[in-house]
Amino acid sequence: MTFEDIRAKAISEWEALEHSDKPCILIGAATCGQAAGALPVLEAINAELVRHNIDAIVAQVGCIGLCYAEPLVDIIKPNRPRTCYSNVTPELVPQLIQDCIIDDNPHPDLALGTIGDDSIDGIPKLFELPMLKPQERIALRNCGFIDPENINHYIANNGYDGLVRALKMTPEQVIEEIKKSGLRGRGGAGFPTGLKWEYCRKSPGTEKYIVCNADEGDPGAFMNRSLLEGDPHAVLEGMLIGAYAIGAMEGYIYIRAEYPLAIERLNTALKQMEDYGLVGNNILDSNFSFHIKLKQGAGAFVCGEETALMASIEGKRGMPRPRPPFPARAGLWNKPTNINNVGTWGHVSAIMKYGSDWYAKYGSEKSKGTKVFALAGKINRTGLIEVPMGIPLHEIIFDIGGGIPDGKRFKAVQTGGPSGGCLPTSHLNLPVDYESLAEAGSIMGSGGMVVMDEDTCMVDVARYFLSFTQSESCGKCVPCRLGTKQMLDILDNICNGKGKLEDIDLLLELSEAVKAGSLCGLGQTAPNPVLTTLRYFRDEYEAHINEKRCPSLACTQLITYYIPADKCQGCGICLRSCPSEAITGGKRLVHIIDQSKCNKCGTCLDVCPSRFGAVVKVSGEEISVPSEPIPVIAVKRNKGASDKPSTGEA
Amino acid sequence: MITLLEADIKDQLNDIFSRYNGNKEELIPILQEAQEQFRYLPSEVMLEIADFLKVPPSTVFGVSTFYAQFKLTPSGRSTVRVCRGTACHVRGVSRILDEVQKQLGIKPGETTADLEYSLETIACFGSCALAPVMVVDDNVYGRMTPTKAKEILGDTKEVGQ
Repeated sequence: MTFEDIRAKAISEWEALEHSDKPCILIGAATCGQAAGALPVLEAINAELVRHNIDAIVAQVGCIGLCYAEPLVDIIKPNRPRTCYSNVTPELVPQLIQDCIIDDNPHPDLALGTIGDDSIDGIPKLFELPMLKPQERIALRNCGFIDPENINHYIANNGYDGLVRALKMTPEQVIEEIKKSGLRGRGGAGFPTGLKWEYCRKSPGTEKYIVCNADEGDPGAFMNRSLLEGDPHAVLEGMLIGAYAIGAMEGYIYIRAEYPLAIERLNTALKQMEDYGLVGNNILDSNFSFHIKLKQGAGAFVCGEETALMASIEGKRGMPRPRPPFPARAGLWNKPTNINNVGTWGHVSAIMKYGSDWYAKYGSEKSKGTKVFALAGKINRTGLIEVPMGIPLHEIIFDIGGGIPDGKRFKAVQTGGPSGGCLPTSHLNLPVDYESLAEAGSIMGSGGMVVMDEDTCMVDVARYFLSFTQSESCGKCVPCRLGTKQMLDILDNICNGKGKLEDIDLLLELSEAVKAGSLCGLGQTAPNPVLTTLRYFRDEYEAHINEKRCPSLACTQLITYYIPADKCQGCGICLRSCPSEAITGGKRLVHIIDQSKCNKCGTCLDVCPSRFGAVVKVSGEEISVPSEPIPVIAVKRNKGASDKPSTGEA
Repeated sequence: MITLLEADIKDQLNDIFSRYNGNKEELIPILQEAQEQFRYLPSEVMLEIADFLKVPPSTVFGVSTFYAQFKLTPSGRSTVRVCRGTACHVRGVSRILDEVQKQLGIKPGETTADLEYSLETIACFGSCALAPVMVVDDNVYGRMTPTKAKEILGDTKEVGQ
């Protein structure tokens, strides 16, 4: 079968699905969808279809990125546009099936949006929603639309066209095309991809390797997982194109063992590619041969670093080594090796299909194209987004992400995970590109973006990242192994109210030493969260050190929960909920928190009815409470005042 | 408590070895399969693997202690994993972890004496929209509170008994 035949078959299968006279139900069942409860919904759908004896097509698709609205279910009915329903629960399924499929009621009250050219009255178009409108989907072009376990869906949507085009060019022309597109490494460092390929191509030797880095270890980042779960072929096609350009015959995908669904989908995809002759010897009857192996990581963050990753593929402890020699010259088994991130490979396949000029239209002057970010933290619309490079931060946080929940104030956005930094309000106009982020002290990184509000303590955030890098340090070089430990100890002291004034200078000095002296990227970037928080939030450090006060009321050693006698109504809710049994009181008695028993979990504050507002959290303040429970009524009489319960002031 | 007889270990390992060629690069996948089989890596197993790959036992031990995935002591029948991702941290997962530690009486990386529970923290589940997140075996619990943690562990403890 030629590729033309394969494509014709794939397109007819896809069109049959799109224009089927059967209803079609697609459910987003990537890991995050499953965590939100997609599988019980899927079960309910199947059961309901059987119950009504409806012949429908049901398929699982990847993640469209609207995590806050999961589980998502798309319904396609003949002569009606594809409609997306959000927050679907198993209980809602019978109604959806009855109204939307059996009857002809598209339920605008439950629908999130329609997909495609046609629309339905009362339902917005999905891609006109504020979260999706500013996005440009290149890497995520198929995520949430196609069945990732069906190669025909990918091929019908222009899949492997990029490879076919590349095979008609010389490898040098392919490299030139990638160089012209301006694509830079999406793993975070931003090295020009075409240039990297060229070095590897020109390296002496016939045995060369390429590697797809899917060891997505940054906490708060799930871009690679979503792409591999939602559209594995986009990444695999990119790898084929890269292998052809570089002259590699073997490739590895190094993927975290924590991503079982992505691993399963990659294995399925590789089998389908074999069946179609898209991997193996003489791909598409050309002289190009390429084999792909999957290697599972074993839980070491440092293996995201390229030399450590290669050591791990070779079966060794994943410890980095000095560069040069760079992998392009001496990588896996000392052979020339080219490593790119999952995201980079996903862009390559699109560039080869649509051309470098098309790609370079997106983005800013030095950072071309788009970038996928995982938006999380204190933000209304969490999810996975893909935006043109150069977009200002505030557009991502407020337009796409919908701002900060509960009317709180924005404090900082953290980009680049443990290697990145925290950017304050004054930087909200910053364009998101490699240079601007680096200048501000952060990095682009792999794409994690965690939003923080007024309740987030920046010293605690710095400590959090340091505790992560410190525990993930491989221990090979002294500055990283001991430097991060010393920094963490100092930050622990500051957060626990034991900081000294000279600690800030010592932190700065250690940061410089760890940056300059560490062997690999893990250590070299580990001080970034400390440096940026010191640069933009120094006053918070000073409050912890000088006043033993945490301005965000987050550091547990520096905060106190108490119950002001004039607010407590003696209802007993906090007493019953306290997991530490630290609250004493009784019916209509003012409750008291025993500070020696309180573990500062904050449950009492959460459960105290907001109309009472009788639990208060403070830091660095003297508190005054009765020594033992007294009748509520006595307090009121003493105050000689009204019975009106006051509102909270915490 | 599982007791492993030497003959059992050899049988089960030979089954795993039959899928490999004995190249050094196969060490990590073999350790992963062995751990799946035995639920941890007993020293007898590591010695057999060293033999099979013709590498010194120190190499096998070095690799198995480097990667967080490998356990050298038996883990509990249930594993409680608390996410320490950035989003979970910002949304207060440390309160959850404190409560879980209190409930189980163990620290992350430890197993209860009755081998019922192991407690782990993991870098990120990538379910950041549901932060803070806790996972008990295959059940993902999102939007956690300390009280919810107490309830969940209370429930599973009873179910386990």
